[in-house]
This record gives sequence, C-alpha cells and structure tokens, in this order.
Amino acid sequence: MDVRDQAIKTSTSLLSEVVQKSGERIQNCFQCQKCSAGCPLNFAMDILPNQIFRHVQYGHREKVLSSKTIWLCASCHTCSARCPNNIDILKVMDTLRSMSLQSGVASGEKDISMFHQFFLGLIKLTGRTWEPGFGLYKMKTGGLFGMMGWSLKLFLRGKIGIIPTFNGGKELRRLFNEPGKGEVK
Amino acid sequence: MKEFSYFPGCSLHGTSREFDESIRGVLDLLDIKIHELDDWSCCGATSAHCIDEKLAVELPARNLAIAERSNRDLLVPCASCYSRFKAAEVEVKEHSRKVSFPYKGDVAIRFALDYLSEPAILEQVKKRSVKPLSGLKAVCYYGCLPVRPPKLTGVKDYENPQHMDRLIRSLGAEPLQWSYKTDCCGASLMVTRIDLFKKLIGKILSRAKETGADCIVVGCSMCQMNLDTRQEDVEKDLGGIDLPILYYTELMGLAMGHKDIKKWFRRHFKDPVQMLSARGLM
Repeated sequence: MDVRDQAIKTSTSLLSEVVQKSGERIQNCFQCQKCSAGCPLNFAMDILPNQIFRHVQYGHREKVLSSKTIWLCASCHTCSARCPNNIDILKVMDTLRSMSLQSGVASGEKDISMFHQFFLGLIKLTGRTWEPGFGLYKMKTGGLFGMMGWSLKLFLRGKIGIIPTFNGGKELRRLFNEPGKGEVK
Repeated sequence: MKEFSYFPGCSLHGTSREFDESIRGVLDLLDIKIHELDDWSCCGATSAHCIDEKLAVELPARNLAIAERSNRDLLVPCASCYSRFKAAEVEVKEHSRKVSFPYKGDVAIRFALDYLSEPAILEQVKKRSVKPLSGLKAVCYYGCLPVRPPKLTGVKDYENPQHMDRLIRSLGAEPLQWSYKTDCCGASLMVTRIDLFKKLIGKILSRAKETGADCIVVGCSMCQMNLDTRQEDVEKDLGGIDLPILYYTELMGLAMGHKDIKKWFRRHFKDPVQMLSARGLM
C-alpha cells in the first residue's frame, strides 16, 4: 500500500469515507470532465459529476449528499465506461445515495429516492415486482391520475397482473430483516 | 439438444410478456430447451444497487444459488437482471464476498441477445428461415445494460456495438447506421421524473425517425416499454413518430414463420402489423 492509500485509510474525511465504502480511487480524478460531457442527464443536474468528485475531495458533505445529481443519475454506466482513470463513477454515486439516505439530509430529489425505497419495500412484500403496487407510490407522490389511462392500456394487453404472486418465502424475508440488510424506511 | 436454465425476471412476466413469449417461441424452433428456475425472485434491479449495497448482491445471489443446483448454463433475456447477476458473480468470485446463499460463482450466465447473435445460431436461423425480412429498414437500439459496463458484459465495441445489427442483417432486414444506439432511455425516470424522461426518449425516437427506419429493434425490456408505451406522450410535442418497437426475438420469430406472431404483436402499443403488411412481411 503506498503512502497516499495509507493516508486515505486513516483519515476521517468525506473523501476517505467514500473511497472506503465504494472501493473506488476518487483521489485519482484529474477533472477531465469526460463523465459530465457524456452524461445523458447533465442538463438537469445541479452539480455535474466531475464537480461532485471535487466536492467529495474538499469534504463538502452536505452539498454532495443533498444534491439532485446523485438521484438523477439513471445508472446508465456511460461515465464509468469512459473514465480514463478507470473509476467506477456509478459505484460512487451508489455509495453517495446510500450515505444520503443514512445521513438524514433532505433528499435533492425526494420522489426518486422514495421510489427506490418503495421498490425494495415491494420486493420485500411479494418477492417480485408487482406493477399495481406502483399505483401506491404515485398516490403518495402525485400523478396517479396521469398514469391511469396508460395502466389500463397495459392491463388490456395482458401486461399487468392484478393479483401478486408471492415468491422467495422465508429466505427472502430473512434477508430483508437481517440487521443492516435491506433497511427500508 | 442444447438446454439452459432460464431466468425470465419480473418484466418478462409483466410489462414485456411478448419478449418472454417470443424468446420461448424462437428457442423452441431452434430446438433449445429451457427450464425456468423454481421460485425465483427479483434481482433487485436498479433500486437495490442505488441504495442498498448488500441487497444488490444478495438478491441476485439467491437466484444464482438456485441456478447452480443444476449444471446447466443460465440464460437471461432481461438486461437489468443480467447486469445484476454479473455484478454479483464478480463480487462472489473475484472479491470473495460471503453471501447468505450457497452460491459459489460456478454457473455460466449468458445474456440472451449475446447468445442468439452468435454466428452458429444465426446460421441455424438462416436455415430455418421461411420469410427473409427483405425491405425492412431497422435501427438497432442497444441501450445501456446490454453493452455496459463492458467489464461485466464483455462487449468490446460498446460505444458502437454491432451484434444486433448482424442478427437483423442475417434475417434479411437492413440495419441502418445511427448515433443513438447506446443512449439511455431514462429507465425508471419514466415513473419519477416524466419531464426529463420525455426529453430522453424524444431524442431517441425522433433521431430514429430521421434515419428513415421502419422500426426500432431492442434487446432490453425496459427500453421497449419506455419507447413503445410512452411514445404517445412525446408525439404530442414532436408530432407523429409512429415507430413500432420490436424485440429482436419477435423479428427472428417472424423470419422463421412462428405461428404466434400476431399474439405477440397484439401486446404492443404501436402496432407493427400495418407497417409489416405494407412491406409484404405479414
């Protein structure tokens, strides 16, 4: 392990925390901005991906964890595939999303962070995705009415089952209930 | 006879039922037998890896442990499930991650698009083909997870992939060149941020239209749902697009004269029948 890695490991900085949780060498980012240039959601982000990296290096915890960017990232892997320093940027975004939920800071995109929690809650309940369940999510976040016509069309084409199937049984429930695993708020 | 274990995933039992039906149909015609995994559960999809690092590995591992009970390779049509399975495989095999299920990383995970576009399969399809799809112009839309991240998918030309194009050409259709093959369709932003989502699919759909394609061919169930079932939303702003979004397996079935083709097409929002009839293919 070289001196820089040692320093990162023993530090209590945001950079150190994100590096250790993600396993990615964020300190290697030299701001080429390739990630931001190719990002399909860059037009909607409040902080560009390369800027997120700089903020992490500077220790701007709240700025990063409350950003819209970490939630608008659609997990398309374009940035990770193009990074010249071989940093899995999406992995870092995943780490920041988890940290954001755990930290209790207000989500920059509440509807999106809630969607992921809701999705996992549904899996905990039924073991598989059950489309009508998303109606509850839309009831919570608004826009249920707008989805009705579309849902009816899906139903008429046999693409939505009304009755959920239950799979995975105890095994799956245990997974979600183990401490530290699948905590769905 | 070649045999596979088969993991359909949630989408293929729901919003992309015609993908499940057509892949079963095509494999049947090619004498490839599949065995659906018993009591499979969700792979965790994007949501698990976004917010719960442990579930992101454990949920796929549960299914992979079931698959490992047989010594068959596992065939996965859904790009999202495939991606999560490969990620879990790397965690367990290369990073020696301990998981709650008896999964050792020994089952070979095959993405259906990769497998069905192999030269040997294309040769077989050609032999069984009863109706070459001549006159059909298509753009292949790979999206994200069928090609990225390349270290998981093993796709070398991930910026400009060619395997689906080769498949379409071998069926007799003409794959058109375009620049949006691997752009993102917005995935679950379809539910959470429809304003942004419409910008993403609007760009893909209008560019496909500009190339003069008759249809878009896809290998991902999320892409198909987004581009087909929400096409109407962007047509209000962009004008008529009217592009059928077809799974590559549906075109394989059409070329090989599968009897259920009309049943698959009835599940689409943008009905492909009229376009295909106009070209004498139905």
